[in-house]
Amino acid sequence: MKVHVKVNGISYEREVEPRALLAYFLREDCGLTGTHVGCDTSSCGCCVVVMDGERAVKSCSMFAVQADGHEILTVEGLADGGRLHALQQGFWDQHGLQCGYCTPGMLLTSYALLRHNATPSEADIREGLAGNLCRCTGYQNIVKAVQQAAGALRESVGAS
Amino acid sequence: MSIQAKPLHSVGVPMKRKEDPRFIQGKGHYVDDLSFPGMLYLSLVRSTYPHAEIRSIDITEALKVPGVKAVITGKDLEAAGLGWLPTFHGFDKQMVLAIGKVLFQYQEVAAVFAETRAAAVDGAEAVQVDYAPLPVVADPFTSKADKVLLRPDRESKTNRIFHWEVGDKDGAERALASSARRIKQRVWFQRCHPAPLEPCGCVAYFDTMGRLQFHVTSQAPHVYRTALALVTGIAEDKIHVISPDLGGGFGNKVPVYPGYVCAIVGALKIGRPVKWIETRTENLTSTGFARDYHMDVEIGATADGRVTALRVATTADHGAFDAAADPSRYPAGIFGIVTGSYDFPVAYAEVDAFFTNKAPGGIAYRCSFRVTEASYAIERGMDILADELGIDAAELRRKNFIRKDQFPYPSALGFTYDSGDYHKTLDVALERIGYDALLKEQAEKRARGELMGIGLSTFTEVVGAGPSKHFDILGIRMFDSAEIRIHPTGAGIVRTGTKSQGQGHETTWAQIVAEELGLDAGAIMVEEGDTDTAPYGLGTYASRSTPVAGAAITMAARRIREKARKIAAHLLEAGEADVEWTDYRFQVKGVPARSVTMKEVAFAAYTNMAQNEPGLEATYYYDPPNMTYPNGAYVAVVDVDRETGEVKVRRFVAVDDCGTVINPMIVEGQIHGGLTEGFAMAFIQEIQYDAEGNNLSTNFTDYLVPTSLETPHWETAGTVTPSPHHPMGAKGVGESPNVGSPAAFVNAVVDALSPLGVRHIDMPMTRDKVWRAIRDAESTKG
Repeated sequence: MKVHVKVNGISYEREVEPRALLAYFLREDCGLTGTHVGCDTSSCGCCVVVMDGERAVKSCSMFAVQADGHEILTVEGLADGGRLHALQQGFWDQHGLQCGYCTPGMLLTSYALLRHNATPSEADIREGLAGNLCRCTGYQNIVKAVQQAAGALRESVGAS
Repeated sequence: MSIQAKPLHSVGVPMKRKEDPRFIQGKGHYVDDLSFPGMLYLSLVRSTYPHAEIRSIDITEALKVPGVKAVITGKDLEAAGLGWLPTFHGFDKQMVLAIGKVLFQYQEVAAVFAETRAAAVDGAEAVQVDYAPLPVVADPFTSKADKVLLRPDRESKTNRIFHWEVGDKDGAERALASSARRIKQRVWFQRCHPAPLEPCGCVAYFDTMGRLQFHVTSQAPHVYRTALALVTGIAEDKIHVISPDLGGGFGNKVPVYPGYVCAIVGALKIGRPVKWIETRTENLTSTGFARDYHMDVEIGATADGRVTALRVATTADHGAFDAAADPSRYPAGIFGIVTGSYDFPVAYAEVDAFFTNKAPGGIAYRCSFRVTEASYAIERGMDILADELGIDAAELRRKNFIRKDQFPYPSALGFTYDSGDYHKTLDVALERIGYDALLKEQAEKRARGELMGIGLSTFTEVVGAGPSKHFDILGIRMFDSAEIRIHPTGAGIVRTGTKSQGQGHETTWAQIVAEELGLDAGAIMVEEGDTDTAPYGLGTYASRSTPVAGAAITMAARRIREKARKIAAHLLEAGEADVEWTDYRFQVKGVPARSVTMKEVAFAAYTNMAQNEPGLEATYYYDPPNMTYPNGAYVAVVDVDRETGEVKVRRFVAVDDCGTVINPMIVEGQIHGGLTEGFAMAFIQEIQYDAEGNNLSTNFTDYLVPTSLETPHWETAGTVTPSPHHPMGAKGVGESPNVGSPAAFVNAVVDALSPLGVRHIDMPMTRDKVWRAIRDAESTKG
């Protein structure tokens, strides 16, 4: 089947099997390997991407054909040219990652979270990230990273 | 994007990680990200039975599946002499693909190679295997009876894999018999799995020179190269192992797995690259599990609480093959650390290991080879003893700690502890948690019938194997190595035989070089995981990277400094003996105005070296004189809901002493992560099998990894007692929190339940298990 998906602002038109998952479409058909797969049961969240600007979806639980006509944001599209997104900066500054495997999913879930709640409390962040597993960090620094990013984004909105 | 780094005083600085920019931008380089022209995918057919004879394997339908290129079975491999794979510590072998029978559920039975990932899975589904079920041995106690012989292929016709013992058996017996007080408790450290978020996998191909290019999730790439050469007969120079970015390891990526061998065989047979990436289910059901030690702990003491003897007898479940990946001469790993932080005059430990119809393993999951099991046993035992004697758990520990002035301390089971100040570390932890106030609060709550618990764990770890005179893997001695090259501009590269899986070596190693040479850590590149470029090393596990490779880097840097001194003398027009290294530069003794930086010397090493050998590089192979002994004092505070059995971890304070700290930010991150894994084992994690040998924990909905919601807030602190024999005084830390924390959690919950008469609960302390313990205790009390 033919699908047409806009990923990080670039249009991809590809022929896919009906059963092809969005995660593998992104990784293997678009060559965007930043989106990871860590389980078979939609439990880990390594594959989270953002659909249509604000909805975090587990790309392992969607068929590529379901993304037909939609816009997808992956980790590769977060930075603005050479400038890191506030979330990327937050994860780096706060040591919010170790092996890096869960990081793209964490970043995109947080991106959607902050779209809906610009001033999340620690409890909001922990609740919002409950569908993303991390085996390395114990989440504490991830929470700090999202808090830093939320602050930075508020400031940039205030400044503009 | 600049890396915040100071050119000087690099050690002790919370430098931001150099590896992070690629990870936060989706530019990490994991095995499954690799793609080569013509690459095939491998999918494995796995056994549905835990123990069965294979009557037949029919591959006809599989070969008809569109895209399937080939199917191989155990018979094909056996014919090629590749039917069996030696396990890492050399006492056993493992079937690559089942030959004649299967010994555990999910065992590898056939390998299907196809054009796409999906076609490979379709092909695997189409393979027809006819099994005739055999009687199942699902636990080591049944195994012990030898009624069903699981491994008739072995010379010794018994299910017992080994009996190992250490210490003074008779002395311990006598001391226990004559002790005024003694306790005995069976504790089980349940079967766990490291479950890194990136599963295991590889891509194998033979290049135009006929050389095997093997990209693989390996914590020990050089050992893989040698092992592959020995197993396959391919000359070692024709094997190139590359371990790219690893999405966690925790010991899971130490052993060589059947899927790797199948991928290589497929690449050779079909002549195309082959990728094998296991699914989460395959990861949890077939690759190295950890723990599964049933330990009978006995401690003797005087009436006033001085310990007199320790005896621990363990029954271990190793699964179908003995793939424990321990050093050759240590079948039970470093379990001898079981005397912990305490001054036992006599001790004895024994471990009996058995085959069962379960997945093979017994690997060191975030642990220095069975140290987690040992620490758990002694820390539970000490709490039970405190309860028995009616002495406060902190007081009992203080009374029995090895004192600061006793180091280097020879333990009753043969270790020489390097350094520590256990009293101080405990004091810091108790002060930080507010121990006295908590005891008061607990007394008040108990009077009201509320269940609040305080749990301590004051553990000592043993990490950093070698020394090579004691430790080897498949005969390869456990040293480690480093090669440093400083370029003309003062930038440089360091290569080691270790392999980071998230520990931040690219930053920590750069900081060590920068500290030793007075250079900018931001301009020191770190390269690991490539057997063509890195000097031979044993890899990263057992918290050995900083104790061994970190020492090798330090020593290599000091070699460079000695060479640089000659060039500095030339630049300063002084005699070499008159040039000293001080404040990160070379200066003429007593004349601070006459000095040169390492950066200037580096340039001169290529442009103006006079009679000296050009260049500025060094290699060092470091064989540690002793292991290092990180230690810590952990305190958990829990509240237990009497009606539901729900446990809330209210606070957790971890005070670690890992010697000199190179990057405090990374160390703290390691501690957070290790505590979280300890929390997981304590409360939710278990690889469960039913009585028929069926694996019940086959994915993340049954084998639970804590989320951000359950994970407690961690409070960390440290004391610093440098290791006297490590060139930087560092001890290693990655595993301490995972080793030390399970006992703190269990001690806290048991403490909460102790007014009801509960003396022990096995992990994982699920809500259900805690609720039953409360209910049973209350009904017994009537």
